[in-house]
Amino acid sequence: MSILVNKDTKVIVQGFTGGEGTFHAEQCMAYGTNIVGGVTPNKGGQEHLGKPVFNTVKEAVAATGATVSMVFVPPAFVADAVMEAADAGIELAVIITEGAPVRDMQAAKAYAVKHGMKTIGPNCPGIITAEECKIGIMPGMIFKKGKVGLISKSGTLTYEGANQVCKEGFGISTAVGIGGDPIIGLSYKQLLPMFEADPETEAIVMIGEIGGDLEIQAAAFIKENITKPVVAFIAGQTAPKGKRMGHAGAIVSGGAGTAKEKMEALQAAGVKVVVSPAEIGKAVKEVLSK
Amino acid sequence: MNIHEYQAKQIFKKYGVPTPRGIVANTPAEAVKAAQELGGNIWVVKAQIHAGGRGLGGGVKLAKSTEEVRELAGQILGMTLVTHQTGPEGKLVQKVYIEEGADIKDELYLGVVLDRAKEMPVIMASTEGGMEIEKVAEETPEKIIKVAVDPAIGFQGFHGRELVFGLGITDPAEQKKFISFASKLFKLYMENDAELIEINPLIKTGAGDFIALDGKMGFDDSALYRHPDIEEMRDISEEDPDEREASQYGLSYVALDGEIGCMVNGAGLAMGTMDTINYMGGTPANFLDVGGKANAETVAKGFEIILKNPKVKAIFVNIFGGIVRCDRIANGILEATKMVDVHVPVIVRLDGTNALEAAEILKNANIANVIAATDLADGAAKAVAAAKGE
Repeated sequence: MSILVNKDTKVIVQGFTGGEGTFHAEQCMAYGTNIVGGVTPNKGGQEHLGKPVFNTVKEAVAATGATVSMVFVPPAFVADAVMEAADAGIELAVIITEGAPVRDMQAAKAYAVKHGMKTIGPNCPGIITAEECKIGIMPGMIFKKGKVGLISKSGTLTYEGANQVCKEGFGISTAVGIGGDPIIGLSYKQLLPMFEADPETEAIVMIGEIGGDLEIQAAAFIKENITKPVVAFIAGQTAPKGKRMGHAGAIVSGGAGTAKEKMEALQAAGVKVVVSPAEIGKAVKEVLSK
Repeated sequence: MNIHEYQAKQIFKKYGVPTPRGIVANTPAEAVKAAQELGGNIWVVKAQIHAGGRGLGGGVKLAKSTEEVRELAGQILGMTLVTHQTGPEGKLVQKVYIEEGADIKDELYLGVVLDRAKEMPVIMASTEGGMEIEKVAEETPEKIIKVAVDPAIGFQGFHGRELVFGLGITDPAEQKKFISFASKLFKLYMENDAELIEINPLIKTGAGDFIALDGKMGFDDSALYRHPDIEEMRDISEEDPDEREASQYGLSYVALDGEIGCMVNGAGLAMGTMDTINYMGGTPANFLDVGGKANAETVAKGFEIILKNPKVKAIFVNIFGGIVRCDRIANGILEATKMVDVHVPVIVRLDGTNALEAAEILKNANIANVIAATDLADGAAKAVAAAKGE
């Protein structure tokens, strides 16, 4: 078991034949992901990496039965691609592209929700079910199969956290990089119950950062609904106010969205909150040996 | 990206949002000429910097003669204006905006910003114009009316009614004027990919007209490619020169006031590294994300920018290689130490893809200042010790 994706998940790649799309699709296939084809307008009928290329997502879905799309199209075309996927009946779009305009993502997400399509990202490393299916750009070899679910706004902190968890001997069930943009798809609140319901997952690591209030919403949700132990780290305790820290959404504005308030809310919800990401592995060990 | 008040008002005018007439000036002589051109017998001389609180800082003054305009423009131009938003170092004023005086009866607040929880823009209005809105939000949140507008349907009549009834505007003619004002503002927010608009104060005149006395706008950087007219409004003198230089090399840099320089891949890990240094008793000197395409040149540039800060006593390079291969980063560090004089200890932690090869490269190079670390905790501890001279 795992959440959202596994070795049987049929995946197409939007922006399949581009540089990034090609490189990462190849890596994903090498990891074992069941990539069944891709979409690049005007290249339909061709073959790429040994898989069929289609002009539209609808054609790709009809021919392959794909349910998940990995989106690598350039930022200006992301919203269009995501809406096309939703329109074609894709169930989950994993949006890797960085730098999509906020207004576009607002419209695309609203459309996806209306069509019942889940989204992950944009500007994220993707999702990986250890040793089964990788949809995104994370280094696969870090993720050993195990019983810890991971949700993170940051790519490299996902790797850092997963690496520590694996070094402590636990392994990862599924890890989801949700991205650090102001508007994102699936967030803690939607992913936590999936991990709660997954029999393979025994503990959850959530990595957040300054800006917005998704972590606060998560804290309230955990308090009411999550029985599995949760370990959390919030990046940006030392970040100055009003400054954007790399991610478009990582900004403390008007005194709201600080690491401190998020850490306090999570602590109050019974979450094991660590002050440094270097403590994630140890904290997981602690909560799992209780 | 942010723009100046006078630029925001140019956009307002284009959309029919009422603003006082005004002219921007770079010298006292230009200021006088502007006042003469505007006519009348009362003018406001306003410092143009990218920060709020200009009035309290002495950057907004009333002039009752053109001679006074000259005098005040002379005082304000070239001054370093310190407000609650500039930080203690303040900002140099290089332009003033000369505006006709206004007949102020009431001062309101009107803004548009993205509500991240609702995932749509929200119009915020308050009767407490002229105050710091953050303070109003904190002390009397009931005095802020928030109306979320779904871009799929746009600004509708009911949005307008919620605003005017919330603000206690009862005169039907005034209601109509205010709703028209707000609907135009929402339109320009959407069409220009704004991230934030704030009008504080928005005034009601004795005649019952609503006018944007101030104007602040920020834009979504990711959408600037489709707004060349706004990109043209960029004032690079308002940006931190180091942050700007860094961004030209694909680095994301923010200066802090500590002693340990940080070079990290990924924004989250970069913040996490700062937090770990702090946790271990040290102080981070900067945020620096080298991004996913780090090479010798970008690493060298990173060292150069970090070392410009004389307070830096040690540098912690913390890379978790995913797609970025650690051996390439290690070679980048070697190259960089040849290009830049790195005169402080450099603690290097390279983990992930090809970490072993990287460790070998650094070991064989045997550079005096480079100290290897095994993981994040070890690296942070070594950096803190090195900065303390231990």
